[in-house]
Amino acid sequence: MDKIFNLQQLINGIQLGSIYALIAIGYTLVYGIIRLVNFAHGDFYMLGAYAAYFTINFMLAQRQNPYIIFILLVSMLAGALVAFLSNRIAYRKLRYKPRLSALITAIGVSMFLEYFTSAIPAIGPSYRPFPQFISMVNYNIGTAYFTNYQIINVSISIVLMLILTYIIKYTRLGMAMRASAQDKDALRLMGIDLEKIIDITFIVGGALAGAAGLLSGLTYPRILPYMGIVPGLKAFIAAVLGGIGNIGGAVAGAFILGISEVFGYSINSIIGEGIAYAILILVLIFLPQGLFGKRTGEKV
Amino acid sequence: MKKVVVLVLLVVALLSTTLTGCKTSSEPQTIKVGGIGPVTGEASTFGVSTKNGYEMMIEEWNAKGGVLGKKIELVFADDKGDPTEGATAAQKLINEDKVVAIAGTVMSKVSLAIAPICQSANIPMVSPTSTNPKVTQVGDYIFRACFIDPFQGTVGAIFAYNDLNAKKAGVLFDNSNDYTKGLAEFFRDKFTALGGEIVAFEGHPAGTTDFTPFLTNILKGKPDVIYCSDYYNDDGLMAKQARQLGYTGPFLGGDGWDSPDLVKIGGDAVNGSYFTNHFSKDDQRPEVQEFVKKYTEKYGQPPDALAALGYDAMGLILQAIQNAGSTDGAKIRDALKNIDYHGVSGQIKFDAERNPVKSAVIIEIENGQQVYVTTVNP
Repeated sequence: MDKIFNLQQLINGIQLGSIYALIAIGYTLVYGIIRLVNFAHGDFYMLGAYAAYFTINFMLAQRQNPYIIFILLVSMLAGALVAFLSNRIAYRKLRYKPRLSALITAIGVSMFLEYFTSAIPAIGPSYRPFPQFISMVNYNIGTAYFTNYQIINVSISIVLMLILTYIIKYTRLGMAMRASAQDKDALRLMGIDLEKIIDITFIVGGALAGAAGLLSGLTYPRILPYMGIVPGLKAFIAAVLGGIGNIGGAVAGAFILGISEVFGYSINSIIGEGIAYAILILVLIFLPQGLFGKRTGEKV
Repeated sequence: MKKVVVLVLLVVALLSTTLTGCKTSSEPQTIKVGGIGPVTGEASTFGVSTKNGYEMMIEEWNAKGGVLGKKIELVFADDKGDPTEGATAAQKLINEDKVVAIAGTVMSKVSLAIAPICQSANIPMVSPTSTNPKVTQVGDYIFRACFIDPFQGTVGAIFAYNDLNAKKAGVLFDNSNDYTKGLAEFFRDKFTALGGEIVAFEGHPAGTTDFTPFLTNILKGKPDVIYCSDYYNDDGLMAKQARQLGYTGPFLGGDGWDSPDLVKIGGDAVNGSYFTNHFSKDDQRPEVQEFVKKYTEKYGQPPDALAALGYDAMGLILQAIQNAGSTDGAKIRDALKNIDYHGVSGQIKFDAERNPVKSAVIIEIENGQQVYVTTVNP
């Protein structure tokens, strides 16, 4: 009984971890290349959710069927666009300034996106119910239950992560990204435009965060301009846990965090989150580089 | 000659300033009453309904000529559902706007932040919907228009045990919120006292969107009913996630469920659930039906309990000012203590703790609609 029970909590944890993972990748990508902790990353996720919200509502009003792939592209595009713009407008000028200035700017961009969004009348500072455009189907293995939402979430996350791995490992662009993480001067000597690579990194990271926004809206159907703060912080923690700068590490860290959070709650609901972070502290005491942080050569 | 002209001009100037000065320092032409509510933030539909209730009551009094021969002016402030914002709003209303009394606010945790400010300024405060017992214990200037958590949690437990025939119940609440925690505890105590079993008593942190770990713990005990004492936007998510985990039974909640957004977030998952409330628009008393009709004409949708209690809270204040014959804080307070008010949410009289003694209604959600089930008397 208890074993099957743990299976249910494991499914819950994987579901939560898959959303953290998509956000954590963006954190780690950007950090790997320009050593910037982009605190605004959680807000790209929020904007992805709002882009999906408006597109779905618009399509439903037009009596069209909102296909999830199309909505996913819209969310990713929104996340990518905002990520690209925030890099161009805010971060680019600080590239060779002290790193702390860029960090503070990232916090500023984050707050700007949250408060600006909540000031737009069409969005506002209150919760919005996210439209349920896919009807839910329940499945069960023994006494453990899951739904088509969880299948959609986890499979979209995995597909996106596979595509990203392919790009980074097997394309010239990916090679340039890896190279820029290792040695920027050598990269320039090879005639590669570093700024272009950084733009692309932000676009990729933003797109993944936007996708996570849609998935989160689907599973937890209420959205808010401040919804990115907590998942953003947790994804950052996941990236650090996995060894910041390492994509595989970020994904692993996200699943570890999601699952340990859920198990923490199942042990005791009041101190659950504390248990999850006690694990984090222990890992960082014994492995200050994070779980996979030692292979510095692979950093992207 | 020139000197005389200057002198005359000076005298005229002096007189005119003193005269106009007299005019501005004379009694204000309106009576300012404060209103506080969360029109933005996590409980925004509560705030909007409450504000509508305040406004409607004031308009009705003004149409009859106001109170003590003066028009009433509502000075409204948004607390955003946040205790700090609420405290700032109350200080602004008292110190800058010089209101004579405050109707507010909706959420217990925010009212608990506002009440000490009103108490120390000797400004009577009537909370429309803060059901946590601690609110009026702050001091003798603090009143409320609604019943309190022990009653609501107790009624919920009696209804679950007797009417739903539930023997096992799970409880899920927000651990950081006095209202939902209070309700959950009183439900637990009464349900156990009746002979029922609480299979799990789970508190989640504020801002949670994934309730599956808590619900999984609750469902392990195979409950007949799940008591969710949160506000509607959390309750909707909880119900949905519980259904995803295979739960098919009913949910039961408190007045925090009362919002049109509940069904938008929870969808089909909330059908067949029950909650205790202060007011039902299907109540056939003529004053309720008249209120429902006027409210619907003015705001384009029928009133919920928040609107009814906002309306009654403001009504209590205005009636008390009228009875006191003064805008002095202490006199309004004394008038409130002795009031016997006929409100749309029931007959209101205060007990020694300044809590009204009144009835509760049980509402069921059927196909996304609220259906009146029964009225429970104290």
